[in-house]
Amino acid sequence: MLEIHAKVGSTVGLHARPAALFAAAAAAAPVPISVCKPGGEPVDARSILSVLTLDARFGDELILSAEGPGAEEALASVVNVLETNHDQAEA
Amino acid sequence: MVGPAVHLKGIGVSPGVVVGRVAKLSPPPVLPAGLEADGDPETEVQRTRQALSRVRDELGERSAHAASVAVDVLAAQAAMAADPVLAASIFGKIRDGQAAPTAVKDALAAFREQLLSIGGYLAERAADLDDIGNRVISVLLGLPMPGLPVRDEPFVLLAQDLAPADTATLDASSVLAIVTEQGGPTSHTAIIAKSLGIPAVVACKGAFAVEDGARMLVDGMSGAVVTDPSEEEVSERVGRLARRRAAVTEYSGPGRLADGSRIQLLVNVGTSADIERAGHADCEGVGLFRTEFLFLDRPSAPSVQEQRGTYRHIFESFSGRKVVVRTLDAGADKPLAFARMADEPNPALGMRGYRTARYLPDLLDDQLRAISRAAMGSGADVWVMAPMVATPAEASDFAKRAHELGLPLAGAMVEVPAAALRADHLLKAADFLSIGTNDLSQYTYAMDRETGAIPELLDPWQPALLELVRLTAAAGRRADKPVGVCGEAASDPQLAVVFAGMGVTSLSMAPVSLAEVRAELSLYTYSQCRRAAEMALSEQDGESARAAVGAYLDSLLAG
Repeated sequence: MLEIHAKVGSTVGLHARPAALFAAAAAAAPVPISVCKPGGEPVDARSILSVLTLDARFGDELILSAEGPGAEEALASVVNVLETNHDQAEA
Repeated sequence: MVGPAVHLKGIGVSPGVVVGRVAKLSPPPVLPAGLEADGDPETEVQRTRQALSRVRDELGERSAHAASVAVDVLAAQAAMAADPVLAASIFGKIRDGQAAPTAVKDALAAFREQLLSIGGYLAERAADLDDIGNRVISVLLGLPMPGLPVRDEPFVLLAQDLAPADTATLDASSVLAIVTEQGGPTSHTAIIAKSLGIPAVVACKGAFAVEDGARMLVDGMSGAVVTDPSEEEVSERVGRLARRRAAVTEYSGPGRLADGSRIQLLVNVGTSADIERAGHADCEGVGLFRTEFLFLDRPSAPSVQEQRGTYRHIFESFSGRKVVVRTLDAGADKPLAFARMADEPNPALGMRGYRTARYLPDLLDDQLRAISRAAMGSGADVWVMAPMVATPAEASDFAKRAHELGLPLAGAMVEVPAAALRADHLLKAADFLSIGTNDLSQYTYAMDRETGAIPELLDPWQPALLELVRLTAAAGRRADKPVGVCGEAASDPQLAVVFAGMGVTSLSMAPVSLAEVRAELSLYTYSQCRRAAEMALSEQDGESARAAVGAYLDSLLAG
């Protein structure tokens, strides 16, 4: 099991568009990825509704985990989406 | 698909005449009570999977075309419809024996609860989730997709009523006109349609029964809605609209009827900014200058000197024109910091309007003194009137004070039925009367204008209100003294025609309404206006009075 800690990069938080992009990136990965707040219950990163219920704000730390072949690359690409400020990209 | 034309009638709230194909805004689906699973669960799972994909695709498609603010919401919604955890939850419930639509509803309800419990922004997303649920359930039940329709051609949007959420993505380039079965002149639909410049008719009974795709004519002025209209009818209505539009650009200056009879067009002002704007408006003066702004929100009454300065500034910008100043209209609803007001259970029926002069006589005398001094040499024709006068004694008391302080023209506002019923007696002392229709309808129909729980009772077309206007105007004619209307009602062009027909001598309104009122008045003779007034008075309620006069005035423009 591989774990990565990362912070929410979007100033609006992991809401709306950033959450949709995050879930889409997780869905594109070859292995299942889960995400949680430190000490929280892990949820399926492909599920935008589950991701929304984390209520992760800008700068909040999240723990992403995956296992199996390709887990490392998968986590890296999802973390990249998480850490990008999609709000700014839009502006 | 040419059938006989079907004529429907609603309230026109945003002018314009268009013809187009109907696209209906479907209401959210209702789950049939006691819905039970039928058929093989795996078939139902498959059907639900397809419904979710269809909703996701449609939302994705819409997000590609939506206005920028809606893009994110629609894209997130599309992602929700594709959510694997949601799908797994729905499928699990179907396999446990639930009917597919119920499974969708229950699975969404769980997420909905979670979002609501987080609150804030996420709680607002609960509505997005409801929308997805409605869409998926509609597909499963074989019902039309709820929400704003999408068509290749611009269409006539037909709805039971429009919710604010429906109008968020409403786009003037795809919607030709809006027709709703419910709603009223102040409904959300009316406000949105006016702001977007889309012709609209509300409260159009029977409209929602019209089939999707039907050809429909919408006349947002008269409120007429016609399915399968004849070419003659379309060109006739377009012609009338053109005549009205031409009159707006053609006429300026003093108000006149088609036969040259005069009716003064004035404006209502109540703030310094209003006055700046009104000074440049094409009007014959101010019909209602509300003076409260000088008195409210301050620890002590303004001095005669200070008031004089403010009035002077205003009078000078209306040099050569008339300015009717209404003296302070205070009361428990508009309390003054420097005058103790009784704490009243019913402020609207308490010590307000001219009644405050009973215990604050100096406040009134100072104000009249300041107005009188400011008027002298200002070039404006300054009149004063007292608010909410109920008896001839009050009218004569006010006139006496004003005359003594050097103001030759002193009148009374007719805002309570007692004043209208005894207008002849009021006019023995008062030099003129001015009808405040908003308060007059509140007191005539005993319906609070602040709550307006039964809005049709406050409809300015209500015949009992019109009857009181008629009585007051007739008294003015007998006494050969002016009677004006200065409520919001005067800004309704067709109601202005009715008032003209009753013998009202001036209309005072928001400056924005001047052009349309002036234009409409210019199209009819005094005897036609009189006929319109008779027709309105012979109806049983506001809606039918509006409709009867609208149809009559339209018929006059047909030739």
